[in-house]
Amino acid sequence: MTSSVLQYIIEAQAKYARCIDDDRLEEWPSLFHGPCLYRITTASNYRDGLEAGIVFANSRGMLTDRVSALREANIYERQTYRHILGQPSILSEDGAKVRSETSFLVARILQDGDTSIYATGRYFDVYEIADRSAQLQERTVVCDSSRIDTLLALPL
Amino acid sequence: MNKIVLPPEAAGPAPWPAGLTRVPYWVFQDQSVYADEQRKIFQGPNWHYLALEVELAEPGDFLTTLIGDTPVIVTRDTDNEIYAFENRCAHRGALICLENRGKHRKDFSCVYHAWNYDPQGNLTGVAFKDGIKGKGGMPDSFKMEQHGPRKLRIAIIHGLIFGSFSEDVPSIEEYLGEEILNRIERVLGGRTPVVLGRFTQVLPNNWKLYMENVKDSYHASILHLFFTTFELNRLSMKGGIIVDESGGHHVSYSAIDREAEKDVDYAKQQLRSESEYKLADPTLLESFDEYHDGCTLQILSVFPTFVLQQIQNAIAVRQIVPRAVDRTDLNWTYLGFSDDTPEQRLTRIKQGNLVGPAGYISMEDGCVGGFVQRGIAGAGDDHAVLEMGGADAKGSESRVTEASVRGFWKAYRANMGL
Repeated sequence: MTSSVLQYIIEAQAKYARCIDDDRLEEWPSLFHGPCLYRITTASNYRDGLEAGIVFANSRGMLTDRVSALREANIYERQTYRHILGQPSILSEDGAKVRSETSFLVARILQDGDTSIYATGRYFDVYEIADRSAQLQERTVVCDSSRIDTLLALPL
Repeated sequence: MNKIVLPPEAAGPAPWPAGLTRVPYWVFQDQSVYADEQRKIFQGPNWHYLALEVELAEPGDFLTTLIGDTPVIVTRDTDNEIYAFENRCAHRGALICLENRGKHRKDFSCVYHAWNYDPQGNLTGVAFKDGIKGKGGMPDSFKMEQHGPRKLRIAIIHGLIFGSFSEDVPSIEEYLGEEILNRIERVLGGRTPVVLGRFTQVLPNNWKLYMENVKDSYHASILHLFFTTFELNRLSMKGGIIVDESGGHHVSYSAIDREAEKDVDYAKQQLRSESEYKLADPTLLESFDEYHDGCTLQILSVFPTFVLQQIQNAIAVRQIVPRAVDRTDLNWTYLGFSDDTPEQRLTRIKQGNLVGPAGYISMEDGCVGGFVQRGIAGAGDDHAVLEMGGADAKGSESRVTEASVRGFWKAYRANMGL
């Protein structure tokens, strides 16, 4: 492993977190490359190999639809996230394809200012290293707790 | 004699208004009502969903769950029968089992003093029962068979395990009635479900506000704008609701109207539905014909706290567990079936996006109960109005009605003596 691979992944993950925390959700689908896969599940489902997600998208179109639904259709109280990411661990490297695991903590800030730890967990990511960057192909968001607070509107 | 329960701080008596069209808000707020519900509803003559039979497929399998506040262990013993008993040691009341689920369990031992139970809930061992070297130990008058956690009656219907603390509860067939039974059979009959995922959604409201929402066919097209925004509503849909005799169980369904589909106007209407918003990936809603009856949605509830859902090919059971006056756990189990093709399985997983805490058509349901709980904070003496579709609690071909919500309150009041 070269230190530049780790650096590319850190950059890609920071860009992803800022995109969501800055409420630039329209840009979120474009952070995925190639055969896109994004899902949110829990540690117990992940451990038991259960396939269903709280969110499941296997195309960029499905990510776009989620953003459109949040913007145009779904009704929920305004809120923002703050992502705090741990250092990525490289799990495997196969040519240009790199798998990593990164811990996260997401605080949720409601419109009345109430701030709480909304979710903790791990990102299991697959990147393709190309053009001096790490291009995200798959992200499985594994929340530590199986209890989800009322509403999961914004992507993690 | 049941007495009317009132919030202790109420300025004056606010008895339940006559008829089914008013619901006093104190019923969602009062601690003594909550305590009464535990006794009269959750430990009373009702059937409560515990688990799916496939979750306890082999002897030695077990899981823990809740009926209201009361912790319960559900097992499959070596005789291949399902058993359930209170998860409370007969000695000093500690939890007997701390795990959510597991396999190959021959007995359960309380961690506190190692009192031991078989998978049917019988007390089979008391540590140091005879003392040590003739000293200490239990008196001769102590008989193990006279001590044990409460055992539940069990009923299994199309793979759904229900339990009851009550000896007086009618048989599950009588409890549900034929129409509800048929609608459960429609979804699960003769099939082997496969668990695709389990999620718990923590709701910031009284459990009854969620049950009202489940039974409220009036709100669907108003609160949930996903289908309307993306012009996914089919103009040729017909539907209706079924409410059982007790009022407590209901079915709301919608189906494709084959006659209307042949209509020339219908085709024109479809051409005209040019929405500003289109799904970028419409495969989300590419369903397969699973039931061959044109019914694309069936929401079924069993009093007090069970829901069986078919939304296209998204099948799920929901177990509602009250945790406090203003807190409720909603346990989702997403299902497929053992004979699903890989394509069908993927369809179900994609349609999982419609439900749960991030569901396109159910994320609002998780929040709206909290909006009511917060809205009524200062209005314990006031009441909700349930007059849509009349004043009764009967089934109808219209879904623009609150009849099944009124039905819930009919059953609730009968249980509570209110």
